[in-house]
Amino acid sequence: MLYDIWTVFWRDWLVLKRRIGRFILSRMVSPILYLVAFGWGLGRSIQVNQGNYLDFIVPGIIALNSMNISFNSVGSPLNMSRVYHKTLEEYLIAPISSISFVFGKVLSGALRGLLSSLIIILLAFAFGAHALITVWFAVALVLNCLVFASMGLVAAMIMDTHEDMANFNTYVLLPMSFLCATFFIPDHLPAILRWLIEILPLTHASHALRAIVSGGGIPVLSLIIMAAYVTAFCGIGVWLMEKVRE
Amino acid sequence: MIHIENFSKKFDERTAVDNLSLKIAKGEIFGLLGPNGAGKTTTIRVLTMLTRPTTGKIIIDGCEASHQEQHIKSVIGVVPQHFNLDNDLTPWENLELHGRLHHMMPQLRNQRIEELLKFVELEDRAHEMVQKFSGGMKRRLMIARALLHQPKVLFLDEPTVGLDPQVRRRLWDLIRHLKNEGLTVLLTTHYIEEAENLCQRVAIMEKGKLIALDTPGALCQRLGSYAVEWADEEGTKTKFFADRNEASTFAATLITTTTLRQTNLEDAFVELTGRKVIG
Repeated sequence: MLYDIWTVFWRDWLVLKRRIGRFILSRMVSPILYLVAFGWGLGRSIQVNQGNYLDFIVPGIIALNSMNISFNSVGSPLNMSRVYHKTLEEYLIAPISSISFVFGKVLSGALRGLLSSLIIILLAFAFGAHALITVWFAVALVLNCLVFASMGLVAAMIMDTHEDMANFNTYVLLPMSFLCATFFIPDHLPAILRWLIEILPLTHASHALRAIVSGGGIPVLSLIIMAAYVTAFCGIGVWLMEKVRE
Repeated sequence: MIHIENFSKKFDERTAVDNLSLKIAKGEIFGLLGPNGAGKTTTIRVLTMLTRPTTGKIIIDGCEASHQEQHIKSVIGVVPQHFNLDNDLTPWENLELHGRLHHMMPQLRNQRIEELLKFVELEDRAHEMVQKFSGGMKRRLMIARALLHQPKVLFLDEPTVGLDPQVRRRLWDLIRHLKNEGLTVLLTTHYIEEAENLCQRVAIMEKGKLIALDTPGALCQRLGSYAVEWADEEGTKTKFFADRNEASTFAATLITTTTLRQTNLEDAFVELTGRKVIG
């Protein structure tokens, strides 16, 4: 099974290696925009918890960016391969288990999410942020990448057109990028909205990353909730891979 | 080698395949014919473990599909109707991915990839992107891919659609050659002459049901060995005769241009599936 996971991962790695330069360059665009607009532009005049706003939003930007990259590097190619190119059949016909396929894809999506996070961390330092990168920071980041890579897999297996995939992005990911404690702390929002936001996985990623960076201890609950999301999405993913044959 | 027992496949209300039973022997080239929508592709999809049957039993290489799916997957090679190569990879990488998915040892894998690329005459383009390939090249690469792991059964769904006549004939030679090596081949085709040329036995399906199963020769004989074909204002007409003299006597009574020829599988197909379907 490990060998099969590696095979699925290997294919994606081959494709990424070929485009690594383009991948890195394109991944720099949106974090630079966020850092300029919210860090330099808007952030100059804002103080959060007696800290500088740039330091506050860097974990948020990392959380939302790793979410987008992990989701989209699994979601759109897999959706295209299932619905248009039919290349998914190559894996369905092969003597490998659904679990191997799901793990291989999720890991390769998470790797892309991590690479792009690394780019942001370097950029953030260049912009003058003071972030404290620790082992727990890495744990929280990896978990966030796994959550959204596996969510991308589930969405790709459910949505039947490319347009539906784009809609999923608009209705699910976009609201999360703004609401889930990325740019502000949602303490002052109405209670119902706050509850809803508390359920969403990205909120826990932002919380966890921010808590670790500011030296506020290990956010155990958030990490457990993220791990639960990963388990659930992977489980649903495996089930969908089996169901695709019905 | 392939044993299908009372297999049906329903999609919601629509029945794609209705109670099909078939036995295909080892080393046989078996053709599955039928008009569009007859259930050929659904049958292939079920036999290649891409879809599960609603009812019935599928046994391939002595293993039952519902229990030993992974074993069946390791002994079958599949060339689907549509191009499903990985466009982000080169031919070599496409084959390597397939070899890895079938757990081939690196040394054997590389050796087979080289052999097969040579075999389908793509060895000098092994490291270009598949995206730029023509239809014929993609089809050849798909055949190489299906054979890479030395399968016991090969499924070909419309393998020669869109190929040049020369390539098609080479492919036929290749399929015969594989048969001589003991490979069992199940192919679906629209080209009747392809089935006539290649297959020991053919099954004709219509609306999900098996309507005929025999050797191409026997199917033709059912109609009569000779056919007289002529055209009138309603279209082309054909009449079949067991005896050549009878046929030519009949042809002489017609005032238009007539053709007297031997019955072929296409006649059998058209007669069995009804002229209306073909239009």
